[in-house]
Amino acid sequence: MTGYELKGIPAEACRDLLRDMIRIRVLEERCAELYAASKIRGFLHLYIGEEAVATGVMHALDSDDSVLATYREHGHALLKGIPATGIMAEMFGRSTGCSGGRGGSMHLFDAATRFYGGNAIVGGHLPLAVGLGLADQVAGNDRVTVCFFGEGAMAEGEFHEALNLAALWNLPVLFCCENNRYAMGTSLETSESQVDLALKAAAYAIPAWSVDGMDVLEVARATKRARSMITGGGGPVFIEFQTYRFRAHSMFDPDLYRDPAEIETWKERDPVVTFAGWAIEQSLLTGDDVEALWDAARDEVTAAVIAADEAPLEPVSSLLDHVTATTEEVSS
Amino acid sequence: MTGPEVETTYREAMRDAIREALATDDRVIVLGEDVADYGGTYAVTKGLHEEFGRDRVRNTPLSESGFVGAGIGAALGGLRPIVEIMTVNFSLLALDQIVNTAATLRHMSGGQFHVPLVIRMTTGAGRQLAAQHSHSLEGWYAHVPGLKVIAPATASDARWMLPTALADPNPVILFEHNALYGEHGSIDPVGGPVDITQAAIRRSGNDVSIIAWAGMVHKAMAAAAVLADQGVDAEVIDLRSLRPLDADTLAESVARTHHAVVVDEGWLTAGLNAEIAALITERCFWTLDAPVRRLASAEVPIPYAQHLEEHAIPQVDDIVAAVNRLVRDGV
Repeated sequence: MTGYELKGIPAEACRDLLRDMIRIRVLEERCAELYAASKIRGFLHLYIGEEAVATGVMHALDSDDSVLATYREHGHALLKGIPATGIMAEMFGRSTGCSGGRGGSMHLFDAATRFYGGNAIVGGHLPLAVGLGLADQVAGNDRVTVCFFGEGAMAEGEFHEALNLAALWNLPVLFCCENNRYAMGTSLETSESQVDLALKAAAYAIPAWSVDGMDVLEVARATKRARSMITGGGGPVFIEFQTYRFRAHSMFDPDLYRDPAEIETWKERDPVVTFAGWAIEQSLLTGDDVEALWDAARDEVTAAVIAADEAPLEPVSSLLDHVTATTEEVSS
Repeated sequence: MTGPEVETTYREAMRDAIREALATDDRVIVLGEDVADYGGTYAVTKGLHEEFGRDRVRNTPLSESGFVGAGIGAALGGLRPIVEIMTVNFSLLALDQIVNTAATLRHMSGGQFHVPLVIRMTTGAGRQLAAQHSHSLEGWYAHVPGLKVIAPATASDARWMLPTALADPNPVILFEHNALYGEHGSIDPVGGPVDITQAAIRRSGNDVSIIAWAGMVHKAMAAAAVLADQGVDAEVIDLRSLRPLDADTLAESVARTHHAVVVDEGWLTAGLNAEIAALITERCFWTLDAPVRRLASAEVPIPYAQHLEEHAIPQVDDIVAAVNRLVRDGV
């Protein structure tokens, strides 16, 4: 039914990959419900359909690697190690949120796991990834900075400036383009004169290729290969992950610009469903195993929702905290 | 600590400050267009790449947003970058990085991250560089919470404000007025970092407080000398820090002189001058003998022709005339 191939991926890793895709799916579906219930406000952008990208990439990284993502970043944050409780509380605007209620859905941060957001200016975080890579190069460590962005960012000047700098300075940065084919409501074909996105990156003398972003094993394999090229001193790498979001751009989006048949066609390739089916077919997992993963994810998210609901609000007296830092704060 | 004063220029003082930073802190790097072989557009970083190597005094392509963003990322990663942008006009290409990222990261992350970054750029008119190299937009940056904004006006401050800015855990925008680079001054070579949040009283006086920064400090001082001959004893305040503003020094001065003139090389409408005038009015309303006066640039893109440029920005005679009207006629 699918073309999944284990090549180089241990069979036991399949359970972890599936578990994490399911965790993202459950978290996101609960977010949609909570938005409808007015528990989560602001803009909420869901990743449902794209789970194989974040999951495959994150499983191929070292825990010390730095990650920057977009405003569609709940899944990346979760897999980088921010507990669901911290993510949910942030979306509830509570003091226990991973950004202290200052960021919300679009700005999840975590210094401890080197998760640098949660960035909501399209393309704006690509230069940051270059700078983090420069700091690692100067320090001489083996860390890789991984920067996720959508194909819409490739029309921004900052994409081009960042790739040029990263290539000129041979920096350890992995550029992960999550090509879900639509920048809000603008299709790839109407926003890019060159729709072969790897070619655009290759123009900066960066190794670049395209991967099926609905195949979690392929994503993980490509990322491992890219990471070893980077840590081997080869400089930055660009990978385009071809994927699709099953939901609208945000909760405000009536999704008028996509043919429902197109959405249905992509849903047939649902990365969670197809991978679970394949794992059962291959006898890597049983149906009960898969059901247990769904149950565990639901329990994790339910606990996070209960904790967020009970968590305190930041006192208004703290409104002006964290605008500028004091020397004492940063040295403690 | 103090030592014997030495004569230098604003440019050399700034270079000495950068040299010291590179020599004493391995985390410091200089990033910018033509900062290495060319020596920097205004020759501030001249020769430093030979002393410290091209990795630490690093040329960038013409990518203001890219290399300012890289500076922010490098600061997050543990370095202490000094980023040079040729002019404030060009910095608008990096406005997204400065305003949307550098200024917001700490707050947006609930205090988890900080951005210890110094961004140097020139500001100001007076060199016939016309409308895309001459503007004074420092007030725009002073508007933004999360940034600190400073403007050394003297050789001594050029030498000693940078170490304080580099020690600050926040993004600091440092404005260098392009007409000041050749300005001579005496500095204490071992003077040590100064408190960059404090305004400096450059000349004490009793009759009027003239408030200025960057290039306008020198015109205010020249005006004060003329006014002294005319029997008006002017106090000249060099703001030095544009964000935060040293409101206490302003209020204390105006409470003594009962008159205030703000001199801004930027435009009048919605300018930093308006903020300062409002602040003085709020703090000193009952001690003022006359309304706060504002002098600013004409509401025009800065023109090329010398006589037009001169008329577009406040000059010594304009300050003298405004002070006389205010002190003698109350308007």
